[in-house]
Amino acid sequence: MSLLKEPDLGTPARKGEATVDVEIDGLSVAVPEGTSVMRAAALAGIDVPKLCATDSLEAFGSCRLCLVEIDGVKGTPASCTTPVRPGMTVRTQSPRLEKLRRGVMELYISDHPLDCLTCAANGDCELQDMAGVTGLREVRYGVGEGENHLDAPTDSSNPYFDFDASKCIVCSRCVRACDEVQGTFALTIAGRGFDSKVSPGADELFLDSECVSCGACVQACPTATLEEKTVVDLGMPTRSVITTCAYCGVGCSFKAELRGDELVRMVPYKDGGANEGHSCVKGRFAFGYATHPDRKLNPMVRESITDEWREVSWEEAINRVATGMRDIQERHGSGAIGGITSSRCTDEEVYVVQKMVRAAFGNNNVDTCARVCHSPTGYGLKQTFGTSAGTQDFKSVDDADVIIVIGANPTDAHPVFASRMKRRLRQGAKLIVLDPRRIDLVRSPHIEAQHHLKLAPGTNVAMINAFAHVVVTEGLVKDDFVADRCEDFDEWSSFIAQPENSPEALAEVTGVPADDVRAAARMYAAGPNSAIYYGLGVTEHSQGSTMVMGMANLAMATGNIGRDGVGVNPLRGQNNVQGSCDMGSFPHELPGYRHVSDDNVRDIYEKLWGTPILPEPGLRIPNMFDAAIDGTFKALFVQGEDIAQSDPNTQHVNAALSAMELVVVQDLFLNETAKFAHVFLPGTSFLEKDGTFINAERRINRVRPVMKPKTGKHEWEIVCEIAQAMGYPMRYDDTSQIMDEIALTTPTFSGVSFELLDKVGSVQWPCNENAPMGTPIMHKDKFVRGKGRFVPTVYVPTNERSTRKFPLILTTGRILSQYNVGAQTRRTANVTWHPEDILEIHPHDAEVRGIDDGDTVSLASRVGQTTLRARLSDRMPVGVVYTTFHHPVTGANVVTTEHSDWATNCPEYKVTAVQVGLATGRQPADEAAEAPPVPVAGN
Amino acid sequence: MTLPPNARLANEIAIQFAHRPHDEAVAEIAKHMRSFWDPRMRRLLLEYVDAGGEDLDPLAAAAAEQLRQPA
Repeated sequence: MSLLKEPDLGTPARKGEATVDVEIDGLSVAVPEGTSVMRAAALAGIDVPKLCATDSLEAFGSCRLCLVEIDGVKGTPASCTTPVRPGMTVRTQSPRLEKLRRGVMELYISDHPLDCLTCAANGDCELQDMAGVTGLREVRYGVGEGENHLDAPTDSSNPYFDFDASKCIVCSRCVRACDEVQGTFALTIAGRGFDSKVSPGADELFLDSECVSCGACVQACPTATLEEKTVVDLGMPTRSVITTCAYCGVGCSFKAELRGDELVRMVPYKDGGANEGHSCVKGRFAFGYATHPDRKLNPMVRESITDEWREVSWEEAINRVATGMRDIQERHGSGAIGGITSSRCTDEEVYVVQKMVRAAFGNNNVDTCARVCHSPTGYGLKQTFGTSAGTQDFKSVDDADVIIVIGANPTDAHPVFASRMKRRLRQGAKLIVLDPRRIDLVRSPHIEAQHHLKLAPGTNVAMINAFAHVVVTEGLVKDDFVADRCEDFDEWSSFIAQPENSPEALAEVTGVPADDVRAAARMYAAGPNSAIYYGLGVTEHSQGSTMVMGMANLAMATGNIGRDGVGVNPLRGQNNVQGSCDMGSFPHELPGYRHVSDDNVRDIYEKLWGTPILPEPGLRIPNMFDAAIDGTFKALFVQGEDIAQSDPNTQHVNAALSAMELVVVQDLFLNETAKFAHVFLPGTSFLEKDGTFINAERRINRVRPVMKPKTGKHEWEIVCEIAQAMGYPMRYDDTSQIMDEIALTTPTFSGVSFELLDKVGSVQWPCNENAPMGTPIMHKDKFVRGKGRFVPTVYVPTNERSTRKFPLILTTGRILSQYNVGAQTRRTANVTWHPEDILEIHPHDAEVRGIDDGDTVSLASRVGQTTLRARLSDRMPVGVVYTTFHHPVTGANVVTTEHSDWATNCPEYKVTAVQVGLATGRQPADEAAEAPPVPVAGN
Repeated sequence: MTLPPNARLANEIAIQFAHRPHDEAVAEIAKHMRSFWDPRMRRLLLEYVDAGGEDLDPLAAAAAEQLRQPA
């Protein structure tokens, strides 16, 4: 594909039918009411000259290039700010307009460096284009002869882009992009008249300002003023490949723009269903890890984990895995081996691993890293709604009137969706935040939560029960919806109406005044469209699954399911958490969330795969570790995950891995788990993969190879070759055949193919004969399970309690610039913003411990301790401390415990009793005598 | 005492169903274990029961007894 330049229609689309007929330059066109003349002209195939207009931003009307003539209208109005009227007759070209436009261009060019041939934006500059379009041949005022800005300095402080003020035409597109698209309001136009200039914050450098480096301003800039450093260094890209980001569960579509095989930049794709042209600092800029020198490109083996690695051929590595696995099965039984799939790998890569386990290994010992993040979502939504997925598409938030954010921090962890949510909040939607910590959403430019309920960590279920109690006892139930669509309501409502579930009774537990809870619950029930968005602050608790069911109960009771603007929406952590779960990665489920005990489902696979499937569940990840220590589990294939870092109770994990005879790691880097491995199989980055990711809204997006695998093989090919070497025939000619098999065997995917995705861009499952173009909103007419099921959710306090020895509660989260355990982002310039994990502690808690801002402190729980730097912050309530988990060296989660969700074993990362004190010397976790390195909150 | 993992997990499941009538709770707990536990986990739990089942929640113990029967 050559370089893809998407059409720019000048101003945003307006909703509605195309009912307004206008004539432009003799061409008729019908457009929705409110559409600008500029956009109508573009839709008719007529490009009106423009500089300050772009269709991602509302019209501004400053550049005066887009002037037109309209019959019956005096003067020459700007086409960008003039809405169409029925019967309007417009001319976009006339001698008068040409003269006016040339005059405007002369003024622009008189204060612009004419270094086009050496300019980084040469060939991608709208000012250059407009000079051509308007027929500019001379500049009567000279160039740089009068007062000008040609000596304005360049701000190179941002690691990813430069701001060359000498090339700025003050069109305000960057300022408006920061406001309207990103919602950060970091930029402004400082000064007046000729002194007007773009200013990050109060005349600060970009790096020092509130800029979050999302790239929206760079994207919007029509000149070389804001330009990616990679373009400055390498030159303009020459071809594009549309693919999907490898970071969070938003699943943004990008144009990977290259020169030859060299990736120059990632540009958000306007037609991307999830992001619609927006991006964040990770997806837009932090792709350098894919070519980082730490990457391993050759397979390696060793006899013992104390030996040095030895590079070998693919054949030798694959045979080592196959013979090792079979040998262990002969000596210890077929259930002595298993595999773990990755949420960072494609659906196709995950599918073949679970197939290898079930068909070649002959057991169900397959699990996925979702075990430690969203497995309670799978359980809770399956029990209540009938399927393990969020109910809405991201666009749905545009119709929400009340938004509840529970245990999520979207501006840091899901920033592109957060921008969409913030836009809706600025339009007037109400916001309720349930979080111990004052996340940025609580109060940010032009946004303020109506309610921030700072509940005590570990009391989610008590809080959601209190909400539901208000709904039931104050007559706020949507009776018709419940009667028509749900079951088991009477039992649930009797339970929830009991006095012990009232906000008053639970105020002491949650720490939130009853009146505040009642007011928030009434607001949610009143809607009319109320939506719940949640994250790992819901799932990573001992009652994570119970809380998911509690939210589902609340949504059903108030009728907030089955249409735009409502729903129960998990914000998935990693790019393909949804997909890895969909693909049968859980030990009790085949693809499509169908239990292995179902004879009919097993029959589908047994016939196709030509081998029996066991009807009993296999081991989950924590159970694998227990079994390894018991001596019944001896070998593990680990795809793209770092369980030695990411799973809790690391001493236990390390002991389990050490007890195994064969550990196989497939990854980009020699991670912590590889320290226990006998075979290392180098993996491919997202730039090399061919397949699909599925995001948090069930959107199946294509991941297209930007370059050939640097390792020489796709990961799915390696897995197939291992299966073959074990005697099980598993072959595909290309990746599309794997998706074809998924579609053939999984009813919710039966309409999916690469051909369809290439044709329509993306679809959201279920995609089948009932929904050939996918299903943006689920449970519209009926729930997947038929009737929505109410489940009583008794609050059971966690066993993890603060004590005299450990009086504080630690909870964890993420920061914008880093991702998960940091394996990717720590290998990029994103470390500029977050070079280390910080412990946030309330000033009162700090004062009694003699801790000042910036001090190095010890953080200890009953299972381990580490040290890190403290920051005094009243974002946390007294008694609660907070940190991120991105840096192994600080080992922020070394202290988390073995407690887990009762239904799924998802670790309780969000509640750990700790003590904090001044450190006598810095002692990173991986050097601590008793503390194992780096456990981590999930995905 | 420190409970073995499967006994601890069984107790954590049991307490979630403690509000239900006894027989219903026991059936639900057993059903959950059949649905989500590998057979060797169930076997280890039964061995623990056979060894006295110290500190095992009575509901969990009753559910374990149901596991001895075919589903």
